[in-house]
Amino acid sequence: MIPLSWYLALSAAVFCIGVLGVLIRRNVIIIFLCVELILNSVNIALVAFSHYLNSLRGQVFVCFIMTVAAAEAAIGLAIIISLYRNKETLNTSEINILKW
Amino acid sequence: MVLQVGFIYFASVIVFCAVMVITRKNPVHCALFMLPLFFHVAGIFIMLDAEFVAAVQVLVYAGAIMVLFLFVIMLFRGEGMKDTASFQASWPVIAPLAMVLMGFIMSILVRASFNGVQGKYTIEAVKAAGNSQAVGKVLYTDFLFPFEIASIILLVAMVGAIVLAKKKAD
Repeated sequence: MIPLSWYLALSAAVFCIGVLGVLIRRNVIIIFLCVELILNSVNIALVAFSHYLNSLRGQVFVCFIMTVAAAEAAIGLAIIISLYRNKETLNTSEINILKW
Repeated sequence: MVLQVGFIYFASVIVFCAVMVITRKNPVHCALFMLPLFFHVAGIFIMLDAEFVAAVQVLVYAGAIMVLFLFVIMLFRGEGMKDTASFQASWPVIAPLAMVLMGFIMSILVRASFNGVQGKYTIEAVKAAGNSQAVGKVLYTDFLFPFEIASIILLVAMVGAIVLAKKKAD
């Protein structure tokens, strides 16, 4: 039997790698991929808790998170396309019109 | 013993792929390293007796979301592939901070005891009913209202993506 903390440690590791990716990358699409990484780490933690606490709520929540992730991917990629049409770049250092 | 070895295999592949995703310069390579990651996360789900979620993971993430990402990356031929200045200049400062964050979470994990209220869906009960049926029953009774909200989110995403990405008629 694998202890619950192993799964949570894996989830924490993937979460931190995802956060690191969001912070250090410049390409908008890769930042977006890292957000998917973070969502996946949360899914691992939820399913692990659902298994060890004998409850199905974690698994149902994972279904909702996947719905939101799919919607987020569709909307986000549409935003990136229209951004590229206006700014001709995917580099976050050059997308700075909101900065003051 | 077999379980531990399996877990270590899945976990190490997941962490390796995650590191590759944030370090490769070519966005196509990043997206392709996400693919084995999703499959191995599905393997972790199967180890946790969540077969339905594992199947949905492969279908939705590996099947739909990754294909969408690859399509969009390949739309940006020059810019998306360009590998100059792919990291923030401050990454040597941020990377140790992320290590510190991981250390914090791990130090909490070793101290915490996870003795929550045990639910009624033991592994044997779920196996007897069938995993998909048990999940479906909870989804359509206790979580009926969130389920309807999820359908509205999908509708908004569908309409929003078309409106945002279409060319202005002028």
